[in-house]
Amino acid sequence: MTAISPPDTRAVGAAASSFPRRRIRADLRSERRAGWAMVAPAVLLLAAFLIVPVLLGFVLSFTNARLVSPEPVGFAGLDNFVRAFTADPTFVRSLLNTFCFAAVVVPVQAGFGLVLAILVNQKIRGAVAFRVIFFIPVVTSIVVVSILWKFMYQRDGLVNSFIDSITFGAWRGTAWLDNPSTALAAIIVLSVWQAVGFHMLIWLSGLQTIPEELYEAARIDGAGAWRQFRDVTWPCLRPTRVFVLITITIAALGLFVQVDVMTQGGPVDATSTLVYHAVRMGYHQQQIGYGSALSLVFFVLVLVVALVQRFLTRDKD
Amino acid sequence: MKRKSLSIIVAAGLSAALALGGCARASQDSAGAPGEITMWTHSAGNPGELAVYKQIIADFNASQHQYKIVQQNFPQGSYNDAITAAAAAHKLPCLLDMDGPVMPNWAWAGYLQPLGLPDSLINSLLPTTVGRYRNTVYSAGYWDAALSIFARRSVLDKNNIRIPTVDKPWTLDEFDAAVTTLKANGYATPLDLGAADTGEWWSYAYSPMLQSAGGDLINRGTMKSADGALNGPDAVTFFTWFQQAFTNKWADNSGPVGNQRFIDNKVALSYTGVWNAKDALAAVGGDLLILPPVDFGKGPKIGGGSWQWGISAGCPNADGARAYLKFSFQDSYLTAFADSQVVIPSTASAAAASKYFSDTGALHQFAVLSQKFALARPATPGYPVISSTFEKAAKDIMNGAEVKSTLDTAVQAIDTDIKSQNNYGF
Repeated sequence: MTAISPPDTRAVGAAASSFPRRRIRADLRSERRAGWAMVAPAVLLLAAFLIVPVLLGFVLSFTNARLVSPEPVGFAGLDNFVRAFTADPTFVRSLLNTFCFAAVVVPVQAGFGLVLAILVNQKIRGAVAFRVIFFIPVVTSIVVVSILWKFMYQRDGLVNSFIDSITFGAWRGTAWLDNPSTALAAIIVLSVWQAVGFHMLIWLSGLQTIPEELYEAARIDGAGAWRQFRDVTWPCLRPTRVFVLITITIAALGLFVQVDVMTQGGPVDATSTLVYHAVRMGYHQQQIGYGSALSLVFFVLVLVVALVQRFLTRDKD
Repeated sequence: MKRKSLSIIVAAGLSAALALGGCARASQDSAGAPGEITMWTHSAGNPGELAVYKQIIADFNASQHQYKIVQQNFPQGSYNDAITAAAAAHKLPCLLDMDGPVMPNWAWAGYLQPLGLPDSLINSLLPTTVGRYRNTVYSAGYWDAALSIFARRSVLDKNNIRIPTVDKPWTLDEFDAAVTTLKANGYATPLDLGAADTGEWWSYAYSPMLQSAGGDLINRGTMKSADGALNGPDAVTFFTWFQQAFTNKWADNSGPVGNQRFIDNKVALSYTGVWNAKDALAAVGGDLLILPPVDFGKGPKIGGGSWQWGISAGCPNADGARAYLKFSFQDSYLTAFADSQVVIPSTASAAAASKYFSDTGALHQFAVLSQKFALARPATPGYPVISSTFEKAAKDIMNGAEVKSTLDTAVQAIDTDIKSQNNYGF
């Protein structure tokens, strides 16, 4: 309830002068009620769609619950977790794929976003138009983007025609999504292309908070473009950097839609991810207990990664 | 003060509206006027099919005053999820349609009650349009579908390929030779197996091939294990062939889903279903051949069992639902479904009246194929897991995975599931 404290202090300040004490109490109570009423919709939604499902998922992880079954639900202890790590090669592969995806996407998307942001931050004509163009994929539905890219990645699709014409037929592309060695890379390229505009915008807002005087001072000291970037831009972007890093990491670890639409985890598990595998086991195969256990593993992993990042990027003073 | 109370009211109203909105949506389906019977179909977006349902419902509602059928349509993609969710919330409609192979799962879960239609009616239907689980009839359908190989007579004649018949279908060697010839004579990809599709299609289309080779999805005698059926020598032989069909570039898995590549004459042979026959007939005309599937060793097989109707266990108006179903199995409706959907009607008399499936109809061959070769998918509650595991294994093999170990993994997944469910009561 800290959000409504400023009006409280105003009320207290006013009390000293004219209003009787009882009136202030009533005022305070009423403000508190208003506050509760205002957060109620959000709290209700969060409880119904976040807190309750998380708790349910936690409980279900330790049972053999099924989506469709007349068998009674029984406590299964750690069986689901043992099964995941010892008897489910697809899960282990999904884990590796997920980290591989994040390990590539986080630096590439963040770096590429920063480059775009610096480019569209120049004072040149048409900069706004470029910002809009780079941002369009972000506001396009990821399902639509995935379907379009699926066509582009086909053996006789746009990507291969393009490769064919720029190399004058010297190099023939593969069916990118059907080849186990290229499918994940293909999804990485598409994902970066789709989401980079959003992080460009975040970087851009960070860039625009850097005061112009710092650059002026640096120029007076004889700093070139690279020194200005290294010693002014980069240190000043620290808070933005932390934000971008954490949001990209969480989004990358949760990779699902592209896989669901484009490859369904194939070919040969090459693109199966943690979330996709959890949905496949929990929903398509109706083993909701096992699916919940996989989600819990995912939750713990994201938590650990986020905490490690928080620790590494903490304020050291 | 005024402003504050206003904001309280607005906020409270908003939360109440949210809560009520959610509840109202949920309770809509079960409650209703007495005598009202809710019916869910998977046919949203399929105007031909919906028109026939509309007609049946209008006729039934007008024929008596005790019951009133209320229809709600779902898109096929999310239909099973809607049923599962509704069952979990105890909000199932009285009448629901279901894909044949999933019925045992729902019957076992207690969603369905025995159908209870008169034996004379059930016996008049094609066997594959009746859903039996543990010797009890739970569902019945107006039609069945059938798969065949579409080809052009002119193309086969030109390449000196024998036209197979129901009594003498292609053997695997003959088929391999035919595909090789076609590939050498102008068809870069001679065969369309439909591998671009996903979901139940994989089990529907390719498990009959496996059965024709001597394997199966599960040991049907016990229904307790897939070991030996899905990973035995016959299954390995079949899947090795399946993998080669893709590595030899006889077939591929690029789209579009459907039969367009055959219509455009980009493939010479198309393994697809009766539902694509109308367009093919329109495009190819008298040159179209509807060929029996390949004999992989144990005779040709095609999957039987399409969408069927059942009554939910908690239906308060089961008698009304039964009366409606009985009413709906009139030959004129079955013929209407058959001719609008291009599917095989489930009674002989309806087939005789059909434009396409009568003895002289252009698609009569499908009725023959269905009668001679149809084999239902295993009637076990474990089917959804079997099917999704089979799909994944077959796709992995198509993409180059090692055959035997992939099948062993699939068998392990299926057997683990069966054991975790106390053998599904078998």
